[in-house]
Amino acid sequence: MSALLDVEQLMDKLETGLKDLLKERGIESPLVIGIRTGGVWVADIIGKRLGVEEPFGQLDISFYRDDFSRIGLNPKVTPSSLPFDTEGRDIILVDDVIMSGRTIRAAMNELFDYGRPASIILATLIDLGARELPIRPDVAGQALTLDAAQRVKLRGPDPLWIEIQSADQ
Amino acid sequence: MTANAASPNHLQLTRDGQLRHFLTLDGLGRELLTDILDTADSFIEVGERSIKKVPLLRGLTVVNLFFEASTRTRSTFELAAKRLSADVLNLDINTSATSKGESLSDTLLNLEAMASDMFVVRHAQSGAPHFIAESVTPGVAIINAGDGRHAHPTQAMLDMLTIRQHKGGFEGLKVAIVGDILHSRVARSQIRALNELGAEQVRVIAPGTLLPNDVESLGCTVEYDMAKGMKDVDVVIMLRLQKERMEGALLPSEREFYRLYGLSQEKLALAHPECIVMHPGPINRGVEIESAVADGPQSVILNQVTNGIAIRMAVMSMAMGGQVAERQQKLNEITERGQA
Repeated sequence: MSALLDVEQLMDKLETGLKDLLKERGIESPLVIGIRTGGVWVADIIGKRLGVEEPFGQLDISFYRDDFSRIGLNPKVTPSSLPFDTEGRDIILVDDVIMSGRTIRAAMNELFDYGRPASIILATLIDLGARELPIRPDVAGQALTLDAAQRVKLRGPDPLWIEIQSADQ
Repeated sequence: MTANAASPNHLQLTRDGQLRHFLTLDGLGRELLTDILDTADSFIEVGERSIKKVPLLRGLTVVNLFFEASTRTRSTFELAAKRLSADVLNLDINTSATSKGESLSDTLLNLEAMASDMFVVRHAQSGAPHFIAESVTPGVAIINAGDGRHAHPTQAMLDMLTIRQHKGGFEGLKVAIVGDILHSRVARSQIRALNELGAEQVRVIAPGTLLPNDVESLGCTVEYDMAKGMKDVDVVIMLRLQKERMEGALLPSEREFYRLYGLSQEKLALAHPECIVMHPGPINRGVEIESAVADGPQSVILNQVTNGIAIRMAVMSMAMGGQVAERQQKLNEITERGQA
């Protein structure tokens, strides 16, 4: 399993997939925005690999989560930081892992409060399936199916590595 | 009133230690106060976006219950609630039901029956928000927007946010609070917050007639001579002279007060050169502060107002979060019992 989840390999795949897609769509200067925490680490690396000159943005989606009415506010929220104007721009939205799709819905809601982007491409390092919303990544490093008791987490930032935990451990 | 000032936390915190009301800073530890400041930092960023609104309190109803006049506090609470997407009701109590003889409890129970989720309460009586949270509408989140001479916790926290922004932290800070300490709920909350957050020294500077008897027990030193008190301070907080609360001859005259305790440029020059000047407002120019100081480069008075919105967003969303999490817990327990 560890051979499947070499971060470098997944990054290579993400990079290739994104380059192809950007070319296909004729996008020359995309902005890269990562979702905290893991997505920001991936965004940092992918932004450099794609040669994006503008700094990457960081989204903290705590204020947009759909489970506030069940669990309240995340006590460790940090400010989002988009050091550029997103209006009319092509955006690569990056996260480490996609599962239900709820994080991405929240992130897109938040993004639109900064302005109206021209387009959004979704890139995730790992796609776990188990979707609850009609959202899917345009590019993913690796599709993965886990047992019900297993969890996957990107650890980092230096070095980046992928941890698979079993709930009964 | 059954206000239990000794242990307020059974009331304002959930079992997990989350806020569910915000009544006083007493009993709240450094970690929670820091969480409030950090959350407010995130809301400051929201205030800089093209759409200054987040959906946290969508579908929830916030009632501003001001039993005492206020402009700044009430409008920043209203704006904070609106930026959290709540529905907001502003009740001017003086012109409504209470003047027809309805009791406070009945007014509140009626508002609760309209499915209100949060009351922001300002009241001339110390302990009123506490009483409401404990005995009248325990299922509604209560935010204290100033009660009598007791506390004004959101004002103190917005002051802490302003200090942290300008000074980076509280370690080693010397802070002077000047003027009418006796009538000031703000000063009490500020002294509490500064001590909890680790300021090196809190000095109150005032004439003896405007100091409460037990002032040192709040956690500060006392200085009657402003020239001595201003020496080396990093932050000076001026308080408004609360003329409407003055009973008897506490002051010889306003002019005398200004000469001795007003913040002029000369007196400010005695402080640390990077000392910031704060004032909770409304300011009485020429009574407690010189215009040139209030409008000068060291003044952060208008920053305080901006920060007030962010702090109120933080406290409202945290308390509401605690309430909804608790409601959900109770629902889960009922479901589990039903299944057992």
